[in-house]
Amino acid sequence: MRRTITATVNNTTGVMNRITGLFARRHFNIESITVGMTENPEVSRMTFVVNVSDQRGLDQVIKQLNKQVDVLKVRDITDEAIVARELAMIKVMTVSGQRGEISDLIAPFRATVIDVGRESVTIQVTGDTPKVEALIDLLRPYGIKEMARTGITAFQRATKKSSDQTRYSIIN
Amino acid sequence: MNTRVREVKGRELKDENQEMSGSSMLIQALARENVDTIFGYPGGAILPTYDEIYRTGIRHILSRHEQGAIHAAEGYARVSGKPGVCVVTSGPGATNVVTGIADAMIDSLPLVVVTGQVATSVIGTDAFQEADILGITMPITKHNFQARTVEDLPRIIREAFHIATTGRPGPVVIDLPKDVSIASGMFHYDDEPDLPGYQPTYTPNKLQIRKLAEAVTKAKRPVILSGAGILHAGASPELLEFVEQQQIPVASTLLGLGGFPGTHELALGMAGMHGTYAANMALHEADLLINIGARFDDRVTGNLEHFAPQATVAHIDVDPAEIGKIIETHIPVVGDAKEALRLLNEVNPKPGESVRWRMKVDEWQQEFPLWYKEGSEYIKPQKLTELVYEKTNGEAIITTDVGQHQMWAAQYYKFDHPNAWVTSGGLGTMGFGFPAAIGAQFAEPDRQVVAILGDAGFQMTMQELSILQELNLPVKVLLVNNASLGMVRQWQQLFYEERYSNSLFPIQPDFVKMAEAYDIKGYKITDENEVAGVLEEAFNYNGPVLIDCRVHEEENVYPMIAPGQGHHQMEGVKP
Ligand SMILES: Cc1ncc(C[n+]2csc(CCOP(=O)(O)OP(=O)(O)O)c2C)c(N)n1
Ligand SMILES: [Mg+2]
Repeated sequence: MRRTITATVNNTTGVMNRITGLFARRHFNIESITVGMTENPEVSRMTFVVNVSDQRGLDQVIKQLNKQVDVLKVRDITDEAIVARELAMIKVMTVSGQRGEISDLIAPFRATVIDVGRESVTIQVTGDTPKVEALIDLLRPYGIKEMARTGITAFQRATKKSSDQTRYSIIN
Repeated sequence: MNTRVREVKGRELKDENQEMSGSSMLIQALARENVDTIFGYPGGAILPTYDEIYRTGIRHILSRHEQGAIHAAEGYARVSGKPGVCVVTSGPGATNVVTGIADAMIDSLPLVVVTGQVATSVIGTDAFQEADILGITMPITKHNFQARTVEDLPRIIREAFHIATTGRPGPVVIDLPKDVSIASGMFHYDDEPDLPGYQPTYTPNKLQIRKLAEAVTKAKRPVILSGAGILHAGASPELLEFVEQQQIPVASTLLGLGGFPGTHELALGMAGMHGTYAANMALHEADLLINIGARFDDRVTGNLEHFAPQATVAHIDVDPAEIGKIIETHIPVVGDAKEALRLLNEVNPKPGESVRWRMKVDEWQQEFPLWYKEGSEYIKPQKLTELVYEKTNGEAIITTDVGQHQMWAAQYYKFDHPNAWVTSGGLGTMGFGFPAAIGAQFAEPDRQVVAILGDAGFQMTMQELSILQELNLPVKVLLVNNASLGMVRQWQQLFYEERYSNSLFPIQPDFVKMAEAYDIKGYKITDENEVAGVLEEAFNYNGPVLIDCRVHEEENVYPMIAPGQGHHQMEGVKP
């Protein structure tokens, strides 16, 4: 199962190394990691999308992260009310006649053309993963020349769904 | 911190809030942490610290190889319960302690390792004797630090000791660049480190304790698996009380030996690959398994598919990540073993109806004890170990290396007290046993320390004989000499059709002469009738001794659970 986990970590040198090293040596399957500053300059926020086979595997990811001295707080927010966003830049092959078509196509996604070349345009899109993937699917027939995705970063919403149930480890 | 020793051996402790060099801060901090012995080896990048060691006179034990220093620090930590401190230089000095750090990590030993480092101005330039020890040790330390400014140093040292010794203990590395150790700054040593990301849980959840108590009352076939967590928590008295109250048999892990009295009638001995029949069968047949401070290592569990198939599993561990890591756990108890057992004893659950179970376990113990064939012309290593037990009245501190001799020691030396058993369990580090004995002797100068070693493993760190000579340290070195990498030979015999690839020594040094070269009393025993006498003489001698005991070269360790098998599939059980 695919889970979205956030962690706040001390913004110290090497902290990224500690986390990625941990994932590698414990054979945790990570789809994406994003990291960035927060309102507190001493604290960074990381968002992981992990693939685990069961609840025990998920528990291990969370507990091993928690064990790191530089990790302050870990949450599995998959089942919570969250806003999750990633940014993708997609360079698509175009012949001049197709540009209008592409503009029409991307408009509902609120994506924008950020660069135009003779044989290609580069499109920027922001959104949750299904939205980004839907756009990529639509653009694929034109020929995707290059693509870069940031991986998602996520936040809990200010108001929570009542059905919310935090999926913590069973322990304490 | 007023109770701590305010003295650096013979010198006044400097006041706080005054300017001093980084290396001076280090020594001052060590004194505040109550460190009485440093194990180490000097070199360029750590010279300022060694100058401070010289000037303050703090006790420093010079090993002959850094690996010797770190294993000595481990032995010291294992026996004293205090953190072992090891100081080495940058580059090769630091990489030479990597094995010991990994060993301490997997066996949860508290160490603070200070590695010299090149100056901050040249870090990252492949400077002379530069190694990225922070990167190298990241996966094998509980935490590690590099002191980038002298102002950070006191905080880092305090945090290092705090992290190493609390929660689940482990090794912490402090990488100390040379310029930082020379620079001067204000020394202030805080009592309470501020580590919001590190908050070990000691007090268990009461609800889980109640659940466990209920399970105990319901259980008809309960068993305890006692691990090293009992020793780290100092929980032996609470465990004994619990066991006697509940009459639950106790199987021990290799590292947990001594946590529960080995001669107690409810002690089943070691579980696992070379464990006793009773311990393994009890785990296999149990309906309640209470794991206290063990981590379900694969050498203990055997094939997981067959592991404790009928048991409700309760697991008490101070490290939450251990719970559920290997097997599904029904009653998780995160917390200190001592505290958990105290609460459990307070609840004092009504014991379950397990009389028949105890009779069955008893029968396993009586019918299928450890055994070996006596009466051959060769010295039986099992017999040798039994005699060591007898001649030390079971009261010695025993260290071992890794291999067959280690398993025989674990099987035949019955430890009645905690912290007298020093062995490399998780990493299985050959070369550990001898220097660990040196560290153990420093922790307990008045006790008998016996290093039971293989002839191969001893040769990995035997240079430390020099320490015995220099300090007249009364460690007794007993070589269980089978002229082979015995454990490797055993596996080749059993699983590789006797193709003894690189496991037999066609030639060996004269170990007695070697001992004598270090001014150490040496004995060689080839006849079983000599064993008792020589052991007695050696143990009564107040100084270092090396005994080269030639044992049967084809002896194997039994019983055994072959790889991939379950606890109920032991081979070599007494017929
Ligand atoms: C550093 C290291 N290298 C290799 C091994 C693999 N190994 C395990 S036991 C063993 C043989 C040990 O021989 P010896 O020290 O003579 O002990 P014996 O088994 O003969 O009692 C070896 C090579 C190890 N555990 N550690
Ligand atoms: Mg041998």
